[in-house]
Amino acid sequence: MILETDLSQDLAELQIEIEGYAKEYGLEFFSQIFEVLDYDSLNAVAAGGGFPKRYPHWRVGMSYDQLSKGYSWGVQKIYELVINTDPCYAYLMKSNAYIDQKLVMAHVYGHNDFFKNNYCFSKTNRKMLDQMANHASRIRHYMDRFDEDTVEEFVDCCLSIEDLIDPYSPFIATKEDDEEVDEFADSNFSPKNPPRLKVPRQYLDQYMNPKEYLDKQKQKVKEAQSRSNRFPENPGRDVMRFILENAPLETWQADVLSMVREEAYYFAPQRVTKIMNEGWASYWHSKILTEKALNPSEIVEFADRHAGVMVVQPGQLNPYKLGIELFRHIEDAWNKGRFGKEYEECQDMVGKRAWDKKLNKGREKIFEVRKFHNDVTFIDEFFTEDFCEDQRYYTYALNPRTNKYEIKTRDWREVKEEVLTSITNGGNPVIEVLDGNFHNRGELLLQHRYQGRELDLQYARFTLANLSRLWGRPANVATIVEGEKKVYCYKNGDFYEEKTGEKADKQTQKPESKGRSK
Amino acid sequence: MIYSVSRDHARFKNIVKGRVKRDLKKYISNGDMIVKKGKEKVSIPMPQINIPRFKFGDAKSGVAQGEGEPGDEVGQGEPQSGNGEGQAGNQEGEHSLEIELSLDELAEILGEELELPNIEAKGKEVLEKEKDRYTGIAMQGPNSLINFRRSFKEALKRQISSGTYNPKDPIIAPIKRDFRYRSWKTHQEYEANAVIIYMMDVSGSMGDEQKEIVRTESFWIDTWLRSQYKGLDTRYVIHDTVAREVDEQTFYSTRESGGTLISSAYRSAQQIIEQNYSPEQWNIYLFHFSDGDNWSGEDTKLCFEIMKQQLFPNINLFCYGQVESRYGSGQFMKDLEEHFKNEEEFLIISKIENKDGIMDSIKTFLGKGK
Repeated sequence: MILETDLSQDLAELQIEIEGYAKEYGLEFFSQIFEVLDYDSLNAVAAGGGFPKRYPHWRVGMSYDQLSKGYSWGVQKIYELVINTDPCYAYLMKSNAYIDQKLVMAHVYGHNDFFKNNYCFSKTNRKMLDQMANHASRIRHYMDRFDEDTVEEFVDCCLSIEDLIDPYSPFIATKEDDEEVDEFADSNFSPKNPPRLKVPRQYLDQYMNPKEYLDKQKQKVKEAQSRSNRFPENPGRDVMRFILENAPLETWQADVLSMVREEAYYFAPQRVTKIMNEGWASYWHSKILTEKALNPSEIVEFADRHAGVMVVQPGQLNPYKLGIELFRHIEDAWNKGRFGKEYEECQDMVGKRAWDKKLNKGREKIFEVRKFHNDVTFIDEFFTEDFCEDQRYYTYALNPRTNKYEIKTRDWREVKEEVLTSITNGGNPVIEVLDGNFHNRGELLLQHRYQGRELDLQYARFTLANLSRLWGRPANVATIVEGEKKVYCYKNGDFYEEKTGEKADKQTQKPESKGRSK
Repeated sequence: MIYSVSRDHARFKNIVKGRVKRDLKKYISNGDMIVKKGKEKVSIPMPQINIPRFKFGDAKSGVAQGEGEPGDEVGQGEPQSGNGEGQAGNQEGEHSLEIELSLDELAEILGEELELPNIEAKGKEVLEKEKDRYTGIAMQGPNSLINFRRSFKEALKRQISSGTYNPKDPIIAPIKRDFRYRSWKTHQEYEANAVIIYMMDVSGSMGDEQKEIVRTESFWIDTWLRSQYKGLDTRYVIHDTVAREVDEQTFYSTRESGGTLISSAYRSAQQIIEQNYSPEQWNIYLFHFSDGDNWSGEDTKLCFEIMKQQLFPNINLFCYGQVESRYGSGQFMKDLEEHFKNEEEFLIISKIENKDGIMDSIKTFLGKGK
């Protein structure tokens, strides 16, 4: 493989020991390889997202710069770094203490099991190390052939829309696979000339193609044609793919875009399972270490490290903490049978508190949960009133009068709502392609599916600029600002609000109202 | 183990340098943005560089856990400018990057942006000296520079790939195209030495703002001259009616009150030169900052005399920067201009009205390549 660092004797033995415990507990994982790196190499690898070979790009350099500074100032260091591949690679920092290595190893086996079993990851490319290296050499080749700046600027444009993919699409059979050719959309036919059944003899025509049949056919042709007049036919979230298929790109540009898209799809599952993934790994490092692997002399150090991972900063949501506690909560609930209609409707608080049906289904349940859930469904299904109160969750909001964040409520429904809002679509706005021929001028129109939070217009502006560079024509986005529908346009260096058709009409009729409507 | 990260890192630094260059005026006008780190480096704050993407505007709410009752404070909001209009402030408020640049890099940026010419040393002294260093490998070269190790390696590679290498009888015979030669690069080394003598008027009329301008401007001048000369000395002189030599710290922090006799400073500079820097061996720069309110016409005349008789014959450049003070601009600049109409060779005069004028002033001072 690429790095091939040898584990020292003690670490190799440790790995065997930890792996044994992990198996005992029923974790099921890809074969695991640990690489030991010094801090600088580790920073370099981490900057590339855990992949030692990435295509050249300044963003990697930037994150390396920040990691290195964070390390040298002593404010941060990388604890664990693991990638979703088969075999699974993880990196250990050479200078870490033995107890750290122990903890990281146990933690990594948790991640490894999650990668292998969670359905979100089931479609990812497990040979991504090779694929990334492949991308690197292709992009480097383009840089040699054209010019470093040209290629890098184009990569910047592509990265600008790397969030604009459809995270569910790997699970949907694509159009080409299951849709038969739409014969009615054929340009040979028109509503006046619908497809007829082929007749062996002319005189049979009036029997085989009677009027009722032809009327039906005419209707179908009409429908098909109005469908194909729209472009794209159905709004889709995979903006990258739409651009890839329809924008006037050079061959190399299309290739670069497709590589960026492929990597985006590879990383997407990790964004939608952050809480679960970290929670699961933390659950297992804690379990394996406290029940099996720790020497009594290590317990204090372990507690210190573990507390460091679980620390709750005021005003911040720690995914590790939320994840591990929720898994523990589920385990406990299913051990004692604290779920279902009967439990929820129980009015007797004393009885409820002492509720224990001795089901002992906890372990089984959490393994099931780690297989079939993602963060959103995980929170939606298991974030209960009990849990919220146990963990003392609250929502906070900015008080504009004092310019301070204040606790708003501890009502569990509101807390849950807030958590769900913040993680839906990885905390990013949902954007879809609405029209590739906007205004009938070949402009691109995207739509922000508004769910209560507004777009950052500064960012939208520069994103549209990059989009229009890819699309070759002006780019627009429809969104909602302060309760009003608006379309913003980026055209030849200008960013402005497009006057919607309706409004424009009104204004031309009575121009004096312009001042007031603004 | 090969990491391509060094290339990416260099690339990132280049982008950063580009930003610094673009916003140079801002950095120059705001002297306190640039912080010196040790002797060789500066650190510059900069808004984070991001790839633009669709994202939500600032969240004004969130979830956290811990103790507390509704209404309890959990954190401080962002410093607000104005009321509610979040959009404009958004960008700058994000975690900023701390950029570290070496002084040489900073000087290079300054030089490029202001189109400063490299300095020509006075007299016959050579400012740069060329020196060869063996750093690389070439395919061609004289036999005396053959790199045997590399040549035999090439030969070995060729023999292995063509199947003529026999491990049991390891004879390696390089042929012509296997030979590799050491190659050299020519470096420029700076030889000449230089000294800057900064003089500042600290009389009552020079306020904190004026001193700030002087401090900022001398930082940039220093940076540029340092990149041009190896071994740059700096000396500081402050004066009101009497002059004295001080260290850097005192130079910027002292506030005296009282009148102004500029000649005292020039005399002091003259003494420093006489005692320490023989004009044959040193490139000497004098910078004098004042608000231009000299005590008397008599003293102004005395100044001219010292400059003409004693300073000009010995120095590269005399720069006079007049800082506008609360009390307006003094007479000294006009007098200088009139008196030395024909001696622009040695004297550069610049007026610095406010912080924004610093950049132009630097250009005036250093734009001649003296």
